[in-house]
Amino acid sequence: MSGAVLLEAKDLEIRFGGVVAASGINIKIHEGRKLAIIGPNGAGKTTFLNMCTGYLKPQAGHILFNGQDVTGIAPRKLVRKGVARAFQIPQLFAEHTVIENLLMAGTAEARNWAPLTPIERVTQRAQMEHLLDLTKCSDLAQRSVSELPEGQRKLVDIALALALKPRLLFMDEPTSGVASSEKFEILDIIAGALEEARVTPVFVEHDMGIVDRFADEVAVWNRGEVLFRGAPDEVLNHPDVIRDVIGEEL
Amino acid sequence: MPFPNAVKRGIPLALVVALIVLPVIDPTSQVMLMLALAKGLAVLGVIVLLQAGQVSFGHALYFAVAAYTAAFVGKATGGGEIIVTLLAGVLAAAVVSVVVGIFVVRYRHIFFGMLNLAVSMIFFSFLEKFYFITGGSDGLSVARPTVLGLSLERGAFEGVLYYGTLGLSLVALFLTHRFLSSPIGQMLRAIKTNEVRLEYLGVSPRSVLLVGYVVSAVLCGLGGALMATAQGIVTPEYAWWIRSGEFVFIAILGGAGSVSGAFAGAFVYEAVKTYAAAFAADIWQMILGTVLLLVILFAPTGLVGLYRSAVTRGDDIDAGAPDRRKREAVS
Ligand SMILES: Nc1ncnc2c1ncn2[C@@H]1O[C@H](COP(=O)(O)OP(=O)(O)OP(=O)(O)O)[C@@H](O)[C@H]1O
Ligand SMILES: [Mg+2]
Repeated sequence: MSGAVLLEAKDLEIRFGGVVAASGINIKIHEGRKLAIIGPNGAGKTTFLNMCTGYLKPQAGHILFNGQDVTGIAPRKLVRKGVARAFQIPQLFAEHTVIENLLMAGTAEARNWAPLTPIERVTQRAQMEHLLDLTKCSDLAQRSVSELPEGQRKLVDIALALALKPRLLFMDEPTSGVASSEKFEILDIIAGALEEARVTPVFVEHDMGIVDRFADEVAVWNRGEVLFRGAPDEVLNHPDVIRDVIGEEL
Repeated sequence: MPFPNAVKRGIPLALVVALIVLPVIDPTSQVMLMLALAKGLAVLGVIVLLQAGQVSFGHALYFAVAAYTAAFVGKATGGGEIIVTLLAGVLAAAVVSVVVGIFVVRYRHIFFGMLNLAVSMIFFSFLEKFYFITGGSDGLSVARPTVLGLSLERGAFEGVLYYGTLGLSLVALFLTHRFLSSPIGQMLRAIKTNEVRLEYLGVSPRSVLLVGYVVSAVLCGLGGALMATAQGIVTPEYAWWIRSGEFVFIAILGGAGSVSGAFAGAFVYEAVKTYAAAFAADIWQMILGTVLLLVILFAPTGLVGLYRSAVTRGDDIDAGAPDRRKREAVS
């Protein structure tokens, strides 16, 4: 059931001035197990993702991916090793269409710079159209990303990460900014796409209903520390978690 | 639909034909057209960088490096062969741009612009001060090279040079357009909108910008080497910051969003400069300044943008305007 350790964080520390955003973080992420990260605002969840994906270098501690020390290496190098990321605020190429955004990801993954081939004619196109199918974005292919509603921007952001064929995908609040009536629908789409791509997801989430339904495991963050980790029903019903974390969500 | 498709396609073709026959009808126009083409190539280089949102105020550096290299190689080989002098010039611009580029692609916006300016000014001073190598402010004369081994008369040579330059410009226009529509060209445009995502696609934004930088320097270099060959002399003025500014000016005049803007701008600029200088010697800068002001205020997409909205007006309605605008941005 529990796969090999894909990523391991050891004693991560980082502070911004007086703010301790990570202190003694130790956590193992197993292949094939969907891990949800929950915690109040400012708990250091995004900071953890930033360290794991190379955006921030921890001031102390180590990050191992696949047994290899990857502490402080650049995001693009981690991407090449199989660590991708979707963002709390979607990070898209605002002047491009949805399909062009994906084609850039697909050609980047394939290292196909094709300096004289128009991007819409590259060989990665079929794969990218398939990915748009998976993320139910096919109808949006020719739309400019800047005119899409937030939920669809989130999907495109995740599709961009999936185009990189990662083994591990960090998603920062994949359903934030999405109307609550659509959250489950969007997460169903994401879960389906992840399944097909055989990617291990780690996702930050504030909606406990979604955590309960989609996570295999939950880790609780508070003030830069991991408070708990366990199965969703166990963690979500723990009195301390209800008081410190879920209470604040209500 | 005010213009049928055939007309829309026909207009660019008609312009090319005009460039072919104009020097025949009016031989005095050839010098002006030649300068416009050479500058248009350099402006094309500036436009490549503008796709990444970066303005270089020092690209005359590559114009001058290639021009002086062509002059030196010509001198060293007793006049030289035009293919060799041009290639040497372009190659020198490429090499210098790799060295300077590795340094300047770490910076953006005003810092990028000013660093380029600084490097070009250093080269300008070098050209002025080291007169025993460079001829100082008098410059160097460029002997008329052979063309495929043939020594031509002045008139014949100028004709060959003009039509050769026209051909090269069309090829450069096509290749640059293809480059900008390609994955790497689109990533260059992505530098303007989201470097973080580019990095998270596994791509180094600096490397992408360096590729664009070298492409832009090669285009500037080609323009500079051709200009030197046409004028028969190179002076430090080739590297002067005013010239760098002129390239940026022409790019905005023509339309920085499209490759054809480079030449549209260059022809209008040279024409205004030549004829206004003849008829209104004291105020031609004022005329150009006013033209630029009007373009920025009323036609921010430049002359090419104006042309497009005139020719395509009316069929925008159901054409998905944002998408169309986007597609045109690199065409
Ligand atoms: N680059 C930075 N510079 C300074 N302070 C930072 C930086 N990044 C994060 N912080 C601070 O570190 C703390 C943790 O922030 P982080 O964004 O990781 O929280 P979070 O758990 O993701 O919160 P949210 O649920 O609101 O997204 C916050 O107090 C934040 O202000
Ligand atoms: Mg966050």
